[in-house]
Amino acid sequence: MLAKALTGSNRYWGWIVLLLVVIGVGFSCYLWQLKEGLTVTGMSRDVSWGLYIGQFTFLVGVAASAVMLVLPYYLHNVKEFGRITVLGEFLAVAAIIMCLLFVIVDLGKPMRLLNMILYPTPNSLLFWDMVVLNGYLLLNIIIGWHVLEAEYKAVSPPRWLKPLIYLSIPWAVSIHTVTAFLYAGLPGRHYWLTALMAARFLASAFASGPALLILLCYILKKYAGFDPGRAAVQKLAGIVTYAMIVTVFFVALELFTAFYSQVPGHGMQSLQYLFVGLEGHRGMVPFMWVFVFLSALALVLLINPATRAREKTLLVACGSVFGALWIEKGLGLVIAGFIPNPFERVSEYAPTLPEVLITLGVWAAGLLVLTVLYRIVVAVKKESALGNEG
Amino acid sequence: MKIGAVGGLGLVFLPAVKGFAGSGALRDAAGAGSAVGRKWAMVVDMQKCWERGAECRDCILACHRAHNVPEIPDPEEEVKWVWTERFEHAFPEQVHEYLAEHLRDKPFLVLCNHCENPPCVRVCPTKATFKGDGGLVMMDYHRCLGCRYCMAACPYGARSFNFRDPRPYLRELNPAFPTREKGVVEKCNFCTERLEEGLPPACVEACPAKALVFGDLDDPSSEVRRILSASYTIVRKPELGTRPKVYYVINPGLGNSGGR
Repeated sequence: MLAKALTGSNRYWGWIVLLLVVIGVGFSCYLWQLKEGLTVTGMSRDVSWGLYIGQFTFLVGVAASAVMLVLPYYLHNVKEFGRITVLGEFLAVAAIIMCLLFVIVDLGKPMRLLNMILYPTPNSLLFWDMVVLNGYLLLNIIIGWHVLEAEYKAVSPPRWLKPLIYLSIPWAVSIHTVTAFLYAGLPGRHYWLTALMAARFLASAFASGPALLILLCYILKKYAGFDPGRAAVQKLAGIVTYAMIVTVFFVALELFTAFYSQVPGHGMQSLQYLFVGLEGHRGMVPFMWVFVFLSALALVLLINPATRAREKTLLVACGSVFGALWIEKGLGLVIAGFIPNPFERVSEYAPTLPEVLITLGVWAAGLLVLTVLYRIVVAVKKESALGNEG
Repeated sequence: MKIGAVGGLGLVFLPAVKGFAGSGALRDAAGAGSAVGRKWAMVVDMQKCWERGAECRDCILACHRAHNVPEIPDPEEEVKWVWTERFEHAFPEQVHEYLAEHLRDKPFLVLCNHCENPPCVRVCPTKATFKGDGGLVMMDYHRCLGCRYCMAACPYGARSFNFRDPRPYLRELNPAFPTREKGVVEKCNFCTERLEEGLPPACVEACPAKALVFGDLDDPSSEVRRILSASYTIVRKPELGTRPKVYYVINPGLGNSGGR
């Protein structure tokens, strides 16, 4: 089955080469970072996590969103998702691989990574995050691969797969809950210290992940000749709509608690920094207003049934959801947690060029994995469709 | 590695024979040579420090020299174990609009609080930071991954990360203490290597004003306990439940010259 990835059009190979080039550039920058240390990044003693950990956090959400296909299909018999659950599972695989790479490029001493296994520390949520992320990666590889292989061989999937599929549902919830707990359990970081964090993470995950899937389905239809079907996309669009409403609602809840209580330390200063600037530091303000604009646009286009049903406007809505939540979670959430610092000073963060190139390199690596996996899916689906007709 | 080994040998083989010098004289500190069963703490009396004059940095220099702390010019990547912050930054939740200026602007010595309930230890995924004997919050530089989770967890900004190789930034090398590599976190260790030898922390010993007192909270007759029971003292961010063990004496009329 893997051999299918080695066949493809010139456009397919061109895309692969482009990704390899971006990976190469990112990897060269990473080698430089290894040599010089994290001084080549924009991180500082005050903002000690930045773009890398932001991407990690955002992508855990994308990975978790596979459950939004698996759960309706296997528990509620939503037939429309039958053709695309494997797309969700393979998206999860690619996203988790990116998550793990982002953690690794963020480490000061990556060669000591195995210390996490050699000295397992259950009181650390990072330890549990490692456990659940790797478990989820494995689950999705096994499930996705066997389901697809069964389709390839025109047999039913092995019976032992069912329990694993059911297990993957709570497991998906666990990866984003544990990732939220990484933040929500720290005493001095008021912006993160909220019981809403895990719920917020899950809601935004179930918006951004399915939104990306809709975009991917469109790309597959347009460029790979595989149509997942309008019904499936519309079902996904419904999920994105609800999840986006809940996400924006949750953000509003945080704003209310912070600003009505007027407790500076209850996240108010961080939110001020994000939306209006704090003590003259306004680095994140433009981004956050783009977030507001994109969220509003997405909600209008999604809630209105006519624009949700029309392909073009739905794609704009999904792009907006993805962009908005990338800003909110992939940038704002992590950075604002460090502002102001423990001495109530504002010290801003902006990524450096090598940091951005390394980040792009990791994204390209994830896209490469996704491309190869989706290439196999499309080939198998096309073949089995021919088989069914013949 | 070599330097680390030498430091290690020192810890193991040098018998603790010296009594504590300086103001924070510790009872039977020379006894066991280990800190088992103790609860080390520091009391900082800034009034004494200020009376000495603003230029004195003896405690900081002594600490940074003893522990090979590099002098990195870029404030974003600074490594520091003990330094000063103005009152409004050290105790931001204690500040109000009309706080006497002479207090608000006064420097306070800040360092790792060696919390009784340390969040940094809770989050470390490898036990590279851990609670050692005497309640000290310790670091193992050879196990640290450099994930910086502890820096996110510390509410006191007490942790520094080696964004670059620190060795070129050492003015002089103390061969008795390990240097660090790039990519690991470090912080004040309450001079555990000196405690093992029965010596007080370097900053305490170096302070000409005797503004720093070090001792055992478990010993009711210790100097720290005597000050804590007789004076009004505060800790940084007590509302976070970390239970810091660096205490600050607040005198009536604090900051006024001759206010005591």
